Amino acid sequence: MTATATDRLAQIVAQGVIDADLNVVVPSSADLFPYLPEYWREQINQTGFKGPGESSYPASAETSARPEAKPDGGPAGSSLALLQQQALDPWGTEIGILTCAYAVEAIHNPDAAVAMASAVNDWLIAEWLDKEPRLRASIVVPSQQPELAAREIDRVGGHPGFVQVYLPVRAEAPYGNRRYLPLLDAAVRNDLVVGIGFGGSPPNPPTPSGWPSYYMEEWAGMASIFQSQLMNLIFEGVFDRFPALRVTLIESGFTWLPSLLWRWNKEWKGLRPQTPWVRRLPSEYVHEHVRLTTQPWDAPPVEAQFLQIIDQLGSDELLLFSTDYPHWQYDTPEEALPPAGLPDALIAKIMRDNARTFYRL
Amino acid sequence: MATTLTREQTRTRVKPAVIDGDIHNDLPSPQALLPFLPAEWRDYHARFGTFGYSATAYPRINPNAARHDAWPPGGGNPGSSLTFMREQLLDAWNIEYGILNCLIGAGARRLDQSAAVAQAINEWQVATWLDPEPRLRASLVVPYEDGQLAAAEIDRAARDRRFVQVLLIARTAEPLGRRKYWPLYEAAVRNDLPIGIHFGGSGGFPFTGAGRPSYYIEDHAGMAQAFQSQVVSLVCEGVFEQFPTLKIVMIEGGFAWLPPLMWRLDAAYGRLRAETPHLKRLPSEYIREHFWITTQPMEEPTKPAQFHQLLDQLGMSDRLIFATDYPHWDFDAPDQAFPVRLDPDLERRIMADNAKGLYKF
Amino acid sequence: MPKHVVATVEEIPPGGRKVVEIAGRSIGVFNLGGDYFALRNRCPHQGGPLCLGKQSGFIHSPLPGEYEYSRQGEILKCPWHSWEFDIRTGQSWFDPARVRVRQYDVTVAPAQALLDREAPAPGLEPGPYVAETYPVTVEQQYIVIDLPG
Repeated sequence: MTATATDRLAQIVAQGVIDADLNVVVPSSADLFPYLPEYWREQINQTGFKGPGESSYPASAETSARPEAKPDGGPAGSSLALLQQQALDPWGTEIGILTCAYAVEAIHNPDAAVAMASAVNDWLIAEWLDKEPRLRASIVVPSQQPELAAREIDRVGGHPGFVQVYLPVRAEAPYGNRRYLPLLDAAVRNDLVVGIGFGGSPPNPPTPSGWPSYYMEEWAGMASIFQSQLMNLIFEGVFDRFPALRVTLIESGFTWLPSLLWRWNKEWKGLRPQTPWVRRLPSEYVHEHVRLTTQPWDAPPVEAQFLQIIDQLGSDELLLFSTDYPHWQYDTPEEALPPAGLPDALIAKIMRDNARTFYRL
Repeated sequence: MATTLTREQTRTRVKPAVIDGDIHNDLPSPQALLPFLPAEWRDYHARFGTFGYSATAYPRINPNAARHDAWPPGGGNPGSSLTFMREQLLDAWNIEYGILNCLIGAGARRLDQSAAVAQAINEWQVATWLDPEPRLRASLVVPYEDGQLAAAEIDRAARDRRFVQVLLIARTAEPLGRRKYWPLYEAAVRNDLPIGIHFGGSGGFPFTGAGRPSYYIEDHAGMAQAFQSQVVSLVCEGVFEQFPTLKIVMIEGGFAWLPPLMWRLDAAYGRLRAETPHLKRLPSEYIREHFWITTQPMEEPTKPAQFHQLLDQLGMSDRLIFATDYPHWDFDAPDQAFPVRLDPDLERRIMADNAKGLYKF
Repeated sequence: MPKHVVATVEEIPPGGRKVVEIAGRSIGVFNLGGDYFALRNRCPHQGGPLCLGKQSGFIHSPLPGEYEYSRQGEILKCPWHSWEFDIRTGQSWFDPARVRVRQYDVTVAPAQALLDREAPAPGLEPGPYVAETYPVTVEQQYIVIDLPG
């Protein structure tokens, strides 16, 4: 680490940072007991049901956990003290936005799904938001039951700590589908961002050609699912229906965005009569309604190409700085900074101002 | 020969020769295949046709996905008349060689029937297209959902060297790196044929990793995501370690999405390589060594100069092969398709030389 | 400004069209409810034969799922990539200010002007169909395109 790089980090941090993606993990279903009705506590105790099964983040995979991020006796992302020490304090983070990829969408029983989602949300309030004023959080919802998800959003959406509704990018149907209208309506009604994040456990496979063999495929391929979701949101017209809707893609990568927008713009010119509510270039909807967190960069090896990509985004408002803690995306904090070749004003927008404006922080 | 004379005249008069990497020939009617089918399949095929997967129905753009001006004046489907194909494509654009990718399905659920249909299509292609027209070459249609049967068809038909490629499809029943397809790759390598993966298909899953989309534009533009999944699978499964001389041509998937995918795969490999010890090199190295890409549908960046940036990021200018996709609606015209003026040497490589090197013309 | 006779009015009834070749240029002539329009038969996108495309209505939507259909047949779609052009203005749907197809003035001329070989109407030149080859009568009307030099 060079002195220059350290100085640059110190300068940027001194100007203030908003971290748009911090991940928390529910250590075990027992931790949710204080927030669960008695019936569901008994179900868990007597049936062996433990909530959602497989996680999109294998607990010990390198991508899931920085080596130093695992607390004693719990998974990475389950300790507020470590999050404060390792993510908030070193960055001087003013505000950090929590997401919890607790896969309630995998729970078939709709009442169990609601109970677990509500418990996680109350746990987020009690264990994180109430204890650390720098934190904001995302509401966990049973997205497979949009009406019930809307009810949960209305239940906790008024809490000032919640700034976002969390939806996993993998889904049984893409989120522009009309079945989700109640959910999106509730998000807009409660003035919340819809955050679409890595992973999810729907019944359908993560590729159009079925199930891959390796986690590396799932991890790398997740970008293409974000692409499908974004395309669907645009062409279903949700931004036409909800002009106030804001969507953040979390851990999506973003270097794929410019060239995908070229493709969608091109095809829309001929195919738009089939989605006539889409009256502007798809890229314009993205510029107005969508933001993306910075980790993982998925950056080209050459900085000049990275600068080209950021220029090709066509807007300086799209990127939101994130550490993606405790996921292991970079080794030194300097690597998580925007490239030095960018103008200072743009760096300030990425590090803080874009998130402040978009989330109204 | 009159045809040859016409070609010579055209060539000297106007346009440089072009090699077209993607032309679609079609049967004039389904019955036209019956004489080529083995007798034991004729009755069944005429009675039932082939079974695919769950129907996906929504308005598409045009019947047969064809250019509206590509219906032969004498009747029959677009791409079913050699005379009209000569007039509208081969002569009009001075096509030196054109590669036929026949999309009549060989992905049916009854695998033996798929094999019989594939063989019949290949014999029909020889009799109806390759024998009468020396400018045409063809891809071998194979029952790709059964690796052994596909290998047998490759071994049978590849003796005719006018078959220059084995044809697979972008949406399959399993990701293409999975081992059930390996006998097919082994046969392709044994017969010194590249594998072409073409736009389309269905393996029975929703067209996106986030479920079924609603509109044709999502199906069509979404093919970029299907291709990404296949690249990820082929790389991560170690297909190129197993078959070091295997060559893959991605046809009609676009190519601007490939650089960001290479960056993301390299990042994934950086963290997760313990999971895939069979990989010896960076994913991007496998990709740049083993993949070719056809240009259609041409990428149309927001600013034309970004096309040069794209080629630089791709770093595969010796692997791009021009294609028209005749007679389909998203046809690219050889003299109009590129959004920028290319360096003449680069243009010659993309328009002809890269294909000549790959297909050994 | 040379004028070219391209058809009789009967050849292009309302809803009909005819593609003609004038001075090396392919041009489509359309009849929309008795009004004639002529467009260059070349899409500004990739050079596709625009005037061989489908004619459709104008589709507008105030909200997802709602379709307002009007002006049946007045929108021309390129037979290749389906870019939409307003036959009345030559403007594309998606970028009317910058992406448009060349339009030509069309008039209907009386037969009398064409029948008089000694003194044709000023500037009137025979088009792909030489005027004299028409079975012309005094009642006949002809479609004439102004082609700027």
